[in-house]
Amino acid sequence: MSIAIEATDLIKKYGDVTALDGLSLKVEQGTVFGLLGPNGAGKTTAVRVLTTLLKPDSGSATVSGVDVINDPVHAREIIGLSGQNASVDENLTGIENLIMLGRLFRLPKKEAIIRAHDLLERFNLTDAAKRIVKTYSGGMRRRLDLAASLIANPIILFLDEPTTGLDPRSRLMMWDVIERLVAEGTTVLLTTQYLEEADQLADKIAVIDKGKVIAQGTADELKTQVGGERIDVVVDQSKAEQAAQALQSMASGKVVIEGEHVQAPVSGGGVKVVEAVRALDIAKIEIKEIQLRRPTLDDVFLSLTGHHAEEVKIEDENVLVKKGRR
Amino acid sequence: MISRSITEEYANKHGKIYWFLHDSIVIAGRNLLRFRRNPEVLFFDVVQPIIFILLFAYVFGGAIDVGDNSYRSFLIPGIFVQTIAFAGASAAIGLNADMNSGIIDRFKSLPMNTTGVLLGQNFAELARSVITLLIMSLTGLAIGWEINGGFLNAIFAYLLLLAFGFSMSWIGASIGLSVSSPQVASTAGFAWLFPLTFLSNAFVPTETLPTWLRIFAEWNLITSIVASCRYLFGYPMEVAVDAPFSLQHPIITTIIWLVVITAIFMPIAGKKFRKVTSR
Repeated sequence: MSIAIEATDLIKKYGDVTALDGLSLKVEQGTVFGLLGPNGAGKTTAVRVLTTLLKPDSGSATVSGVDVINDPVHAREIIGLSGQNASVDENLTGIENLIMLGRLFRLPKKEAIIRAHDLLERFNLTDAAKRIVKTYSGGMRRRLDLAASLIANPIILFLDEPTTGLDPRSRLMMWDVIERLVAEGTTVLLTTQYLEEADQLADKIAVIDKGKVIAQGTADELKTQVGGERIDVVVDQSKAEQAAQALQSMASGKVVIEGEHVQAPVSGGGVKVVEAVRALDIAKIEIKEIQLRRPTLDDVFLSLTGHHAEEVKIEDENVLVKKGRR
Repeated sequence: MISRSITEEYANKHGKIYWFLHDSIVIAGRNLLRFRRNPEVLFFDVVQPIIFILLFAYVFGGAIDVGDNSYRSFLIPGIFVQTIAFAGASAAIGLNADMNSGIIDRFKSLPMNTTGVLLGQNFAELARSVITLLIMSLTGLAIGWEINGGFLNAIFAYLLLLAFGFSMSWIGASIGLSVSSPQVASTAGFAWLFPLTFLSNAFVPTETLPTWLRIFAEWNLITSIVASCRYLFGYPMEVAVDAPFSLQHPIITTIIWLVVITAIFMPIAGKKFRKVTSR
């Protein structure tokens, strides 16, 4: 697999504040890479450096082998960026924005118009094409911004917190759009504070804090790194003690009882659930509920950064969003 | 899907300067679209010039004695110049707003020449000046202003006014790129224009001013461009034989002023622009 994005030892300081403190990462072509971290961790700075918008104090970075620091003009032809603040012109209509950007991308006028219409259609914005962007909803703006970043047909796409501030429905729509892009072969680097989002979209995740990558791997690898899985069985409270005994032989550690929940640490995944069911069946204990639990990315985040994670509930479709906090 | 090679081929068909102008014109078009949608700008461009012409002509018209010529003919070039000078403030506000919005990042991520944002802004101001001049001239003509200096002279006067607006917009751009917010840009953009335009011959003859103010007014760019326009529109003021060079030769003085201002502020604005955009 070839490397689409590579950063080595990036350092960027603003006065006393170190935004990037030796950040390094590698993203394989055609994959989604999630940069996960709390506010102020350096995510946006990293993206700004990788997209030629900011020069680092030291370190190097390439996109598709092109040096972003020494050859930004060439690099810009490879990448697309959809930032945290939608960077479209609020006083223009959707179609005017895309045509203008197409022409600045140096498409012939006719092509720019065709492309603008294509993109609006692709992002479900055709009906709003002639409306001024000021009147768009947050989700529409983000989609227009993403469409704008695709004018250039980038082979690598940087998405800086693509769903921050969106309602759950718009977030799901955005995820869908991103997944489609990836299916078409685009390499995506996305930053997020939403652990679920990284879990959902990213093939590989780097957890960053204070300008440094502190852990890296697939969501599964990160979870394993923090701690193993456990089987959580719900039984009648009077049978809990008995159930714990029955499960102890297959557990990889001490079985814990919490009310009617009996939790057995295991390693081996789904097979262990079957074993547990058998063991409890032999002991003639009725199972109310059984589940294999794996640590969430939230657990990963907390154990790696030492920061508390704040839970914010959004009252829609039971989507639970966890927000990293310093 | 448009293949990259086609785009590249098209991009390589022209040189750097072509693309710089191309990008500037695209940006100018975008700014004009924005202006059209902004009621405040519409007011500045259309309503305010009309009000100014009518206000000065009818309110002050009878009160100020300027000798043989009618005050209206004396006044209208002054109002032209003052209104066009506002292009500077407008450039300051527009550029600052762009720098503070996410759109500049979008521009920077494109293989365009981003300095086109600066030049495009000032091109758009130039286009606004054309519209403003047209509206003011029509209003003036409607209330009895006459162009008596001949067709070519009138064209020359308009060209001087546009060149004046263009050079003002470079000062404005330098201001807009130096301050933190559009609000400050607005204040800073207008603040210096009022003393500059009033300490001139735009509304009153300079002879009435106390000496130190008179010397300033006589050498003020505003004075020389207003005097040039009066001359070119066919309402020359009497100039005393001992008057300074700037009053004896207002057109040459104006051209020198405009060249000097543009030569100083165009590079300053360009430098500031690159500094701001490389943050």
